[in-house]
Amino acid sequence: MDDRLTIRGIDFSSRLWVGTGKYKDFEETALALEASGTDMVTVSVRRVNITDRKSENLLDYLDMKKYKILPNTAGCYTVEDALRYARLAREAGVSDLIKLEVIGDEKTLFPDVCGTLKATEILAKEGFIVFPYTLDDPITAQRLVDAGAAAIMPLGAPIGSGLGIRNPYNIKIIQEVVDVPVIVDAGVGTASDVTIAMELGCDAVLINTGIAGADNPIMMASAMKHAVLAGRQAYKAGRIPRKLYATASSPIEGMII
Amino acid sequence: MKIVINGKETETGAETVGALLEELDISSGKVAVEVNFKVIRKCDYHTSAVSEGDNVEIVNFVGGG
Repeated sequence: MDDRLTIRGIDFSSRLWVGTGKYKDFEETALALEASGTDMVTVSVRRVNITDRKSENLLDYLDMKKYKILPNTAGCYTVEDALRYARLAREAGVSDLIKLEVIGDEKTLFPDVCGTLKATEILAKEGFIVFPYTLDDPITAQRLVDAGAAAIMPLGAPIGSGLGIRNPYNIKIIQEVVDVPVIVDAGVGTASDVTIAMELGCDAVLINTGIAGADNPIMMASAMKHAVLAGRQAYKAGRIPRKLYATASSPIEGMII
Repeated sequence: MKIVINGKETETGAETVGALLEELDISSGKVAVEVNFKVIRKCDYHTSAVSEGDNVEIVNFVGGG
């Protein structure tokens, strides 16, 4: 059964997207990505180290034939900054993909949804394939789609918090009301969180800290891979309804008393 | 002449973005360059002038979520 995720004509073989931040070194990053089975990885745009030209480049460790690169605008608190980073990312030569973050608050890292909406509109018009990080709010999600978002990336919980899917009902509603893929971004702490997101019908999950911050990131990457597959299959298979009382699994007929 | 590269005042003899990258031993393939807040297209590196006092940003990809 072909259950491939396709966004704007781009095929994804994995529904697990992985961030490349916070790993011990590039080698661990590469091993975790391999174990995760992903083909879509996020990166950030930062200044080149001019004084130490011997410092290694992340892209040297990533097999570009294997991975699609999704640059983000992490750390941007204004629309102008996000646009600037997005345009630089595109010129760095990878693609038109951009994971748009316009952050509203340093402590929660919650998005500034007004800024995100504005930036989505501008970048979409410039030909970017925009993946906006947003709140778990169905109305905002719909507005972002209207503004040209290629997919919606609602948070499960604050970035790096590991709190899991805090509002599964809203995530479910988002997935029902928008006609673009929904990719849970942020807050996922362990495999069961991923499975819940996928069981809700989300199209993919993006994880960074949940893997990179684990005691054994490579093993966790593998766990997340299986969690995505399990959740996706359970969603496709159609779970039984929840009921208050029991329904016997074994037949009554044929009992000796 | 003096220009500012990534926030640091630097002396350079390079007169174009392309020459500047060569001077800094930076491969143009994996970076993006901005001069005075304007992104420079890769195909324009060798024709885009760098002048005294310019503010140059050279960025690349690092690990991030």
